[in-house]
Amino acid sequence: MRILSLAGRRLAASIPTLFLILIGVFLLLQFAPGDTVDAMMAQMGGGDAATARELRKFYGLDLSIPMQLGNYLWRLIRLDLGFSSIYGKPVATVIIERLPPTILLMTASLSFAFFFGLLLGVIAARGVNKWPDTLISTLGLVFYATPSFWFGLMAIVVFSIYLQWLPAGGFEDIGAVQSGFGRTIDIAQHLILPTLTLGLIFLAIYLRIMRASMLEVLNLDFVRTARAKGLDETRVVAKHVLRNALLPMVTLIGLQAGTMLGGSVVVESVFSLPGLGRLAYESVVQRDLNTLLGIVFVSALLVILVNFLVDLLYARLDPRIQAEG
Amino acid sequence: MDAVKRYFRSPAAVVGLLLLLVVIAMAITASWLYPRDPLALAGRPLIWPFSNPRFLLGTDNSGRDIAAQIFYGARISLLIGGVATLIAVVIGVLIGAFAGFYGGKVDTILMRITEAFQTLPNFVLLLVLVAVFGSTITTVTIAVGIVSWPAPARLTRAEFMSLRSREFVQAGRTLGMKDIQLILGEILPNALPPVIVYASVVMALSILLESALAFLRLSDPNVASWGNLIGLGRDVLRVQWYVSAIPGIAILLTVLSVSLVGQGLNDALNPRLKSR
Repeated sequence: MRILSLAGRRLAASIPTLFLILIGVFLLLQFAPGDTVDAMMAQMGGGDAATARELRKFYGLDLSIPMQLGNYLWRLIRLDLGFSSIYGKPVATVIIERLPPTILLMTASLSFAFFFGLLLGVIAARGVNKWPDTLISTLGLVFYATPSFWFGLMAIVVFSIYLQWLPAGGFEDIGAVQSGFGRTIDIAQHLILPTLTLGLIFLAIYLRIMRASMLEVLNLDFVRTARAKGLDETRVVAKHVLRNALLPMVTLIGLQAGTMLGGSVVVESVFSLPGLGRLAYESVVQRDLNTLLGIVFVSALLVILVNFLVDLLYARLDPRIQAEG
Repeated sequence: MDAVKRYFRSPAAVVGLLLLLVVIAMAITASWLYPRDPLALAGRPLIWPFSNPRFLLGTDNSGRDIAAQIFYGARISLLIGGVATLIAVVIGVLIGAFAGFYGGKVDTILMRITEAFQTLPNFVLLLVLVAVFGSTITTVTIAVGIVSWPAPARLTRAEFMSLRSREFVQAGRTLGMKDIQLILGEILPNALPPVIVYASVVMALSILLESALAFLRLSDPNVASWGNLIGLGRDVLRVQWYVSAIPGIAILLTVLSVSLVGQGLNDALNPRLKSR
């Protein structure tokens, strides 16, 4: 219970941050050339000034900026994100439709990066400065420097065009109407390349942190004690070192949540996945500022949520936190 | 001098430095080797690399010399990376210095703002900035700098907090120095080395951010940027994959060189941590 209240307090502390972001971005968007009504008029194929004035009045765009901001925040409290004139639907609906692919992609990439980063980090740390370590560390450096979109394109060239093993893009096969298991397999196949592409840079970061953290923990006294009482190496690593070495990795998930969400903008564009990132890109290109603001809100919310979960996980891994709380 | 010697003892750091020098040399010699506009049509479109001695790296979809674009692209990447890093570090150092030096309310307010910037995914903020201010090379560079300052700010703040109650600062205060003198003249020089090392990370990320933006065709289309070329090559990916492949390798090597130099500097300046 104590963990929950601690994490809950941190969650509550992030509400002002959320408002700060929204107010900042809202004011920023006031500088954008053209507003929703301009976008709508363009969509309708033009119109006279009187119609524009009426529309502005209808959407409350003729009010002063502080009034508009107040209106926006008030609507936001009731979870009303406004209306997207491009999609002809409420922004909240558009975003909710686009959320599942992004969350699936992020979860898959995170799991991939975390698991393999952990594994490679442990292998590298076990044989520090021997050839596996050198190889893994070099790979980590190269992965870190690889632009994700470029890796995605090259993966398409190799696996979709030459080998024809995996689909080049999309979320599922629209042609084949499938249900249940078949559909799951189909979506999984579509997500393999995007997951690798998005996860690559995080794999590089995780393996480096895991290696450093392992090396640090391996030198601590309790490890020597464990060895002294006759445990074999595997058990020392699995039972004693891993749990402690994992803490910085878990911290990193929270810190990287935003970067990962940002990365999905690019990856979803490469693989034409109908997710939140692609929606962000489209709304910039189409000047759909209402949707863009909605995405800002939802992505900040997602980052805060991930950090909340990380807090809970952290407290489970490290009982000392509970004692201090 | 010890630090220099330590730097050159690490093979990775030397390789990184050599790579970086090559990229810088490319940027400098671009207009000398390729006096014509790199975005002007030069020959038949889609000539494969190494098949025509006039176009060593081939031509892109509209017949522009890829090699010329790679050379000029080095300029753009270094320029955007360098200036954006400078912007990020200056903002970050200022905010971090004031937060760390004063603590209390100033710290709370400044850290709230930093937190807000960190909570919003930086690429999403970059999209917002580009949507609002347009995508010329100047606005893109400033935007990349603006989304990258929180990490240097946190680092500077931590340094300032550990330095602000040291004897030399107290001595300065006893001498009647003003706060601004203490911050800029006394503490900053001591807090700066780790921040400068970290600047290499910021630069690597800035180059990647700009190239991603250019790939999405949201950066300046009127300059020869590696990301732009990868985005163009996407249209002919099925057969002429080399149009995208070549500039990607250029980005990879540049970012790699910057990271290696940064790591080398870090190991050279903090020898005790080298064993990690």
